Amino acid sequence: MSDAEESPTFEPVAPNTGDEFEPVDVFPDSDDFDLRPGADSCYKCAACDTNCPVAEVDDDFPGPKFQGPEQWRLKQTDDDYTVDDSIMSCSNCMRCDDACPSGVPLSQMHNTARGEYVSEQMDKLSVEYVRNRILANYRTSAFFASKVPRLANVAMNFGPARWLMEKTLGVTSERDFPEFARETFREWWAARGGADASRSNARESRQRRGEPTDSEKKVAYFHGCYSNYNTPEVGKAMVRVYEHFGYEVVAPEQRCSGTPMFANGMLADARRHAAVNVSSMSDLVEQGYDAVASCTSCSMALRQEYPELFDIDGIEAVAANTFEALEYLRINEDLTGAVREAEVSGDLAEEFAYHAPCHARNQGLDRQAVELFRDLDGAGIEDVGESCSGISGTYGWKEEKYEKSMAIGEEMFEHMAHAQGEVGMTECPTCAMQMEHGSGYEIRHPLELLEAALVE
Amino acid sequence: MAIESDVLVVGGGLAGLTSAITAAREGADVRLVSYKQSTLRHASGLVDLLGYTPDGEGPLTDPYEAMAALHDDHPYRTVGVETVREAMALFDEVTGYQGGHTDTNALLPTHGGTVKPTARYPPGAAAGVASDDRDMLLVGLESMTDFDAPHAAAHLDAAGVPFAVRGVTIQFPGDLRADAKVTRYAKQLDTNAEVAVRGRNRPVRDALAERVNPLLEGEERVGFPAVLGDDRADAVRAALAEKMGVDVFEVPSGPPSLPGLRLEDALFEALDESGARFETGNPVVDYEGDGAIERVFVEKYGTKIPISAAQYVLATGGLVGKGIESDREAVREPAFDCHVPHPADRYEWFDVDVFGDHAFAAFGVVTDATLRPLDGSGAPEFDNLRAAGGVLGGYDYAAEKSGAGVSIATGYAAGRNAAREVR
Repeated sequence: MSDAEESPTFEPVAPNTGDEFEPVDVFPDSDDFDLRPGADSCYKCAACDTNCPVAEVDDDFPGPKFQGPEQWRLKQTDDDYTVDDSIMSCSNCMRCDDACPSGVPLSQMHNTARGEYVSEQMDKLSVEYVRNRILANYRTSAFFASKVPRLANVAMNFGPARWLMEKTLGVTSERDFPEFARETFREWWAARGGADASRSNARESRQRRGEPTDSEKKVAYFHGCYSNYNTPEVGKAMVRVYEHFGYEVVAPEQRCSGTPMFANGMLADARRHAAVNVSSMSDLVEQGYDAVASCTSCSMALRQEYPELFDIDGIEAVAANTFEALEYLRINEDLTGAVREAEVSGDLAEEFAYHAPCHARNQGLDRQAVELFRDLDGAGIEDVGESCSGISGTYGWKEEKYEKSMAIGEEMFEHMAHAQGEVGMTECPTCAMQMEHGSGYEIRHPLELLEAALVE
Repeated sequence: MAIESDVLVVGGGLAGLTSAITAAREGADVRLVSYKQSTLRHASGLVDLLGYTPDGEGPLTDPYEAMAALHDDHPYRTVGVETVREAMALFDEVTGYQGGHTDTNALLPTHGGTVKPTARYPPGAAAGVASDDRDMLLVGLESMTDFDAPHAAAHLDAAGVPFAVRGVTIQFPGDLRADAKVTRYAKQLDTNAEVAVRGRNRPVRDALAERVNPLLEGEERVGFPAVLGDDRADAVRAALAEKMGVDVFEVPSGPPSLPGLRLEDALFEALDESGARFETGNPVVDYEGDGAIERVFVEKYGTKIPISAAQYVLATGGLVGKGIESDREAVREPAFDCHVPHPADRYEWFDVDVFGDHAFAAFGVVTDATLRPLDGSGAPEFDNLRAAGGVLGGYDYAAEKSGAGVSIATGYAAGRNAAREVR
């Protein structure tokens, strides 16, 4: 203690004080793949590591703290240091973001590092790259499959073909491909009369509700790929529930939200799709629309990943005006009151085993379905715990990740088995696949239950 | 339209959770909002009431007795000893912790080999109490450098514990990576995963017990670092005890701490059972209201979402939990901008001696008798805002070993006061 006996008398001077100091200026400017943002805020408490579902089961995965802030430091001190290939084992569940008490943008760092790894270190002719690219561009496959849904449903789950896909592409043959709908959401939407029909339905509802018929209640629905091609019933429920509350719905031109592309480091693909989405959504936001998504990974992408990774005109405005479908109604309507007065019977009068997707958790939405539906007569809902489902979009489809994905999901399967109901519920299409795969339960979306409770 | 409830608790740590559970049990419609995960992640899982007086006397035998002699501004004096007892009764009921059968502090060995006075301890730590005179073996794991078992044992021995204690270091079966996460050990033990030991696959609980068994020299209890399971910690401990023929306990360890996480889980479960609503992940950034708070705003991705209630509880933590912030100019409470008394000269905020009497340790809001934060002139900042836990000033939890107790007691009092206002 000898050298600290006296109070310091110095007055700290620049560059360590003052608002103008910009730490990033110390290092050369870079246009892409800046792994740094937030690295300096990490004080190594390892809260992120205790939340990482992959590190919990995978001995080769060094955890989010390494993937983010530590990797950045390694890159600063060692010119030859390249991004560690373990970055490809991160499933992009983004739980580390939620854990960090210092606001280190861990998932942004991981997405950036993965982007750099894929773009600079991965062999573009490798089977892994080709496989990941196909998986990440699910929308493209789904687009073609939806043209011939019956054929696709048979072909995609044809045993010998699946064996071949596993052997040549590394896509696990353990899983069943999701079924393609005979009629996509957009086909239904167009046949129903599109935005015009929605406007007149909304006006009728407002009249019934005693609201001014010209009120400005309008939302732009980001349906995403899955509710378009695979589960249009979710999209239909969204439209009917919103119209019931007097909202005019539009379904603007849109591509993939980009979630599977971020997770596979395909940032150029993701950017292309994001540009389309931001452009159509920001036009509508300017006209007073809010963007509403029924898939929690889609809303997460528009809200968080877009502004973190891309610089596109209007991207911040879209982020600030995007909501998850139930969340938006909770904020703007008396949803709790409406559900309390409602009851369900028939098909959806069930006990549900509810799993909150990681990407719902990260938006603070992990409790809303449970808290909303526990007041609903005729149905029950039980939270099956905080474990990650393990599939993480394309992650669980990879042959080499399948076992890990099931090990992560084990806890959820057990909780589902112990829950009262034998029907599952979740907002995330891939979580739904994993829940169904691990439990054999049929899985529904909260919007479907809400529709059954409130509409008709 | 805003999301509405009777009582809104801001903060999801020990104080916020206790507060929300109490208010809900009093019949109020309660919502809890919290930002990032709480400092329970850093906590040992032990629940201290008062281990030392502010003057450093101790370890104290009876914390309740010592509370009466604390200075007037201490949060324990604000709520009163009787309230502390009621709050601890609630805590005992919802967590299943041990030590509640007596008013006196228990002495628990820490991972550094010191002995610490604490009021409540998790079941996993029970067999380790220092007042028990059975001989003890501490087992460290090679790659977990936070817990050096021979070092801790030597320390305990030097502290004069009434039993013989030895420390050994082993390799955790299955050759986990050197920097494996605590959750990795816990998951393996929870699921009793198969691990490769000398070319043979064995269930990890068996393999661990078999590795320690030959090292036992008649000790009747064995302590491990706190990684013995997460969801099934009791089963893991029981299985190891059976295979080793001894009592097994966990030595509370530093961050990230599984006992702290388990405590957090138990409290969230109790919160759920109480019927309260909660949401995590987004910060409260703003409020509306003059004299009384009308609504607060939770920020999500650039959007401010209004949440309103009749009564509010501020339980956002202290300097570490970021409920109190400082820069070179001032110390402040960021959510409601409540007054935080502190010397104008920054050099008076701390002591030059590392273990000296640091002013910053006791920085926080000052309250009236019902826990309403006071402004610079001594008037309540808001009619309907109460504060609890780390955000309070007037006590130094690190020196007194009073952090958990103050959070539980003031959380309880704030929750109860808030709920009674809305009835």
